[in-house]
Amino acid sequence: MVSATPTRERVLAILDTVKDPEIPVISVVELGVVRDVECGPDGVTVVITPTYSGCPAMKAMEDDIIAALDAEGIGGARVRTVFAPAWTTDWIPDGAREKLRAWGIAPPGAAHDDPPVQLRRAGRVRCPFCGAGDTTLRSEFGSTACKATHYCNSCAQPFEEFKAI
Amino acid sequence: MSNRFFEYLLRLGDDRLVLGHRLSEWCGHGPILEEDIAMANIALDLIGQANLLLLKAASVENAGRDADALAYLRDAREYRNALIAELPRGDFAFTIARQFLFSAWALRQWEALASCRDADLAGIAARAVKESRYHVRHSAEWLVRLGDGTEESHARAQDALDELWRYTGELFLTDAIERELAHEGLAADPSAFRSAWQKDVDDVVARATLRLPAVEHWQQGGRTGLHTEHLGRMLAEMQVLPRTYPGARW
Repeated sequence: MVSATPTRERVLAILDTVKDPEIPVISVVELGVVRDVECGPDGVTVVITPTYSGCPAMKAMEDDIIAALDAEGIGGARVRTVFAPAWTTDWIPDGAREKLRAWGIAPPGAAHDDPPVQLRRAGRVRCPFCGAGDTTLRSEFGSTACKATHYCNSCAQPFEEFKAI
Repeated sequence: MSNRFFEYLLRLGDDRLVLGHRLSEWCGHGPILEEDIAMANIALDLIGQANLLLLKAASVENAGRDADALAYLRDAREYRNALIAELPRGDFAFTIARQFLFSAWALRQWEALASCRDADLAGIAARAVKESRYHVRHSAEWLVRLGDGTEESHARAQDALDELWRYTGELFLTDAIERELAHEGLAADPSAFRSAWQKDVDDVVARATLRLPAVEHWQQGGRTGLHTEHLGRMLAEMQVLPRTYPGARW
């Protein structure tokens, strides 16, 4: 071991280059998956929390985190998963929301606790392409666990929404 | 405590694993593309929850088995899921009606478990509450559309409820294991949320212009490993690869 213990800030800066494998415009830090970084004499441990229980991208993110640190000379990093507090889209900062919109994914609204049995979701989602508010929810599920599908009645474009949770 | 907690985690995990597998059978066979995707996504959530629960169960058991061994190397008699989860997927109305009855129950269960004394289980539950809200909303909306839809869809949705309702009593059965764990703050006592669940169900069933049937004999047995003939066949398909090629990787 020749390298000194890296600082937390340096590790976080490297992690900010690790993108979500399905949405390559936002990083695992911006997504809120990275909860903490521990730099000690035993090496670096990155503490993460899963987005959805069954999200297949979580394993890819773990592997990408370890590979990115390794490429910057921080070998043998570990990833530890914690479940509390549960991940929420409220952790995604405004700058990352704009990146999502520019990539063609409507950013999440505020996550709030709806009544358990509510048939219709309140409110419409603004089209990320033309900005129109006249859109229709097609399905609350989409190409990945975290997205819903909508249709813009103004520009006739289907689009995805990063759903609030 | 650990044997009882292991048993309880198996019940929680097996409900999600078995129902998740049943739901995954729709992948590529959904009535419309959006619904195909929705069912695959809900299946993914359930199997993801099952994975976390079985990982936790394996660590509590501490006998050298991992989550895969629990999922793929147990026979039907060792499974602890409620019978409602293992029934064949049936038609779309049957799948939706089951999903609604189960998800409305699971949501209440997860809400209660979110404040359980085991930090891992509480965290898994807090995560799953959010996912379950989507499952309840989705299946409730479809049940209303089917029930209050055409003559055909109404009849099929009613048939599904008539068949399924007798399996819902098992979701609220408790034995000494669950009562003791609930007393210790490690399990959710379903009697605490039965009336809330019943109200949710009554509300959606009424909006769907459907009715709940009278039940003469409630079905039960899954929690002690006494399953329907359907589970063994389902497991034969689900487990064939790891049993044929032990330790296979790709």
